This record gives sequence, structure tokens and C-alpha cells, in this order.
Amino acid sequence: MLAESGKLDRRELTRALLADRGDLAVIAGLGAPCWDITAVGDHKLNLPLWGGMGAAAMIGLGLAQAQPTRPVLVLTGDGEMLMGIGALATIAVKKPKNLAIVVQDNEHYGETGMQETATKYGVDLVAMAKGAGFKHTMFVTKPEEVPALRAAIHAGDGPFFAVAKIDAGSKKLVLPPRDGAAIQHRMREAILGDAAYHQL
Amino acid sequence: MDPNAIDKAPDAADAWPDQIYDLLKKHEIRQVCLVPDAGHSRLIKRCLADNEIIVTTLTTEEEGIALMQGAWLGGDKSVLLMQSSGVGNCINMLSLSHIHRCPMPMLVTMRGDFGEFNPAQVPMGNATQAVLEAMGTLVKRADTPEDIAPTVDAVIRMAFNTFRPAAALIGQRVIGAKTFGKD
Ligand SMILES: Cc1ncc(C[n+]2csc(CCOP(=O)(O)OP(=O)(O)O)c2C)c(N)n1
Ligand SMILES: [Mg+2]
Repeated sequence: MLAESGKLDRRELTRALLADRGDLAVIAGLGAPCWDITAVGDHKLNLPLWGGMGAAAMIGLGLAQAQPTRPVLVLTGDGEMLMGIGALATIAVKKPKNLAIVVQDNEHYGETGMQETATKYGVDLVAMAKGAGFKHTMFVTKPEEVPALRAAIHAGDGPFFAVAKIDAGSKKLVLPPRDGAAIQHRMREAILGDAAYHQL
Repeated sequence: MDPNAIDKAPDAADAWPDQIYDLLKKHEIRQVCLVPDAGHSRLIKRCLADNEIIVTTLTTEEEGIALMQGAWLGGDKSVLLMQSSGVGNCINMLSLSHIHRCPMPMLVTMRGDFGEFNPAQVPMGNATQAVLEAMGTLVKRADTPEDIAPTVDAVIRMAFNTFRPAAALIGQRVIGAKTFGKD
């Protein structure tokens, strides 16, 4: 699961986090996290974001509050999380037990040409989450910590926030469906059944 | 009403804040998200007192656009309450509604609109409708108290029936502008 740099391989990490996912719903921040969740197996309960940079964590909150017994994972990049960083305060106050946020931190804006992000200079997202009031957090750098990270996503004692430091190398592009209406509908159908099409 | 506040809240005798609350119940709105505005203060109180409504106070209005997307994925109907300056914070995020065809009703109390005292409110207040429409939002205005409930009703219906962002603008003419003795 380690890249040559000695850091976690983002795709192997994603594969491990989504193994035996059960009824886990996944919101992926725009760019590489979307390619990752698709590469390890596209799924009706995946919502890969094509835009809305900074939205991922708050989409997770809205979904977690609507479906309080279903585990919800937000898998996103450090750049995307930084853009919506205020969401940590919003979420910490609402305390959704079923929401987990995992930041795949490569310390760069990968999608736009590997410009450095603030985390490269020591900005500590876990400390920011703790400061906001997250009681359960993890900082993950090693493969042996990944099973505990996966377990925390399903544990239901959130809100949970983790940073996983990952190798900055880019991976093969594996594109999810691009029709946003279709990906919304398939998740709603998977959660709500036929009612998804008859909600007034 | 706080005489030291710069924003005006509706008078106790005004019926429209309670009418909006009744509409939220009629349309089975389950999540209400907001950055406070004095114009929405009574409505916010009513929502907070209602155990069937999840109220989420946001750090910035664009979080509300994202929250409405998530709520709809999970089958909850939601609305965003904000003042007109908050519309500016939502611009790019509104693309979510178009990408996913997600209903997103917004109830906006206008500032910088009619007799405004505060210069800082004017640029965004004056641009609110144009900005929303530039982002493909259906915009309906109410400038009399009697018109607010039908406008809010129409906007909620249009958002959920036609899968779009839709905004009700509640004119400053209804709420009034403070003058601080500079009449
Ligand atoms: C509002 C907005 N600003 C900028 C961009 C351009 N952009 C797209 S992806 C991205 C970087 C994402 O970085 P990160 O979340 O760290 O993901 P990574 O690719 O590094 O895994 C940026 C800046 C955008 N899509 N939207
Ligand atoms: Mg990154």
C-alpha cells in the first residue's frame, strides 16, 4: 500500500477504505478522489463531484442528517477541504454520528498541476478539526493504521475526521459517469427505492 | 426590536414570518439551513422550536447550497434562509443544482434594496437578482406583506417540481430600512 516515496498509495488506500462497504454512501471531492472511488469499483452509492469545490463535507452533512442510520463517508483532497474549511465548525456543532470525513492529503492541488497547498507548509487539518470540536480524529501515515481508519468510518460514533498523508503521484484517470442527474438519481434510488421518483 | 441593531426585524404584528413557517410545514421541509438575517429572526426561532426540523447554522451561505444537495440525496426537502449579501457567497456553488438537477429553494431577505442606510449593503443588494439569474435561478420578488406567502409558496413549488434553484426575494420595502434619525 506504500508508494516508492514511502507514503500511502491513494488508490490502494481507497480500495481498503471501501472494501466490504455495506450500505456506506460516499461523497467524493472533485478530481482525483472521484477517479479513485471509481477505479476501485463504481457504485450506486457513490456521488463523485464534478464541481462545487469546497462542497463535499457539507453535502455529507446534509445526507447524514437526512439518513441518520446510514454511514456516510466524505473522501476528499486537501485543497478541496481547505476551500470549505468552515464546514468543520458547522459539522462539529451538529454532531452527526454517521458522518466521516477522510482527507487524502498529498500537500498539493494535484488536478491543476501540482501547486503546493497550505498543508505542505504545516497547516494541520486534524488540529483544525479538533479545534472545531471533533472528538474522534486520526492522522494516518502507515498501512498498518488503515484497518482502524476503515473501522472508524463504519463505527457510528462520529463526526469523525481523518487526514491520510498520501503519495503525490497521479494515477490512471478512471472517469465516473459524467451526467450529474444520473448519479444523483442512482444514489437516491439506492437509498429511497421507487419513492426517489415520486417525492413531491 | 433592538434599538441598537442596524438591521430591522419584522414587527410583532406582521403575519408573514409565521406564514412562511406554515409553508415550510405544508411542504414537509425537514432541513432548514441559514446564516441569520434580522428579517428572518422570527422564522428562525420558530424553526429552532420545531423538533421535526433540523436547523443548521452555516459559517457561509455557500455551505447551505451544498447541504441542500446532500439533504436531497437522502430524501429530505430543505431550504436556505439568508440575506441578500449571502447570495454573493453562493455563486459557484449554485452550479451543483444544475449539475445534479437538485431542487434548491432560497428565501432571501433584501438589504441594500429600498431606502438602505448602510453603504456596504448596496453593491450586493443591487446585484442580487442579476447574480441569481446569471446562475440560472428562478427569481420571484415580493414587495408587499400580502405577497410574501404566495411568492414563497410558488418558489418552493418551482424548486421541487422543476428541479432547479429558485429564490424568493423579500423586498426591503416590506421590512423597512433604518434611518438612524437621518430622516
Ligand atoms: C472554485 C474552484 N476553484 C478552483 C478550481 C480548480 N481546481 C480543480 S481541482 C483543484 C485542486 C484540488 O486539489 P485537492 O483537493 O488537493 O485534490 P488532489 O487533486 O490534490 O487530490 C482545483 C484548484 C475549481 N474547480 N473550482
Ligand atoms: Mg491535494
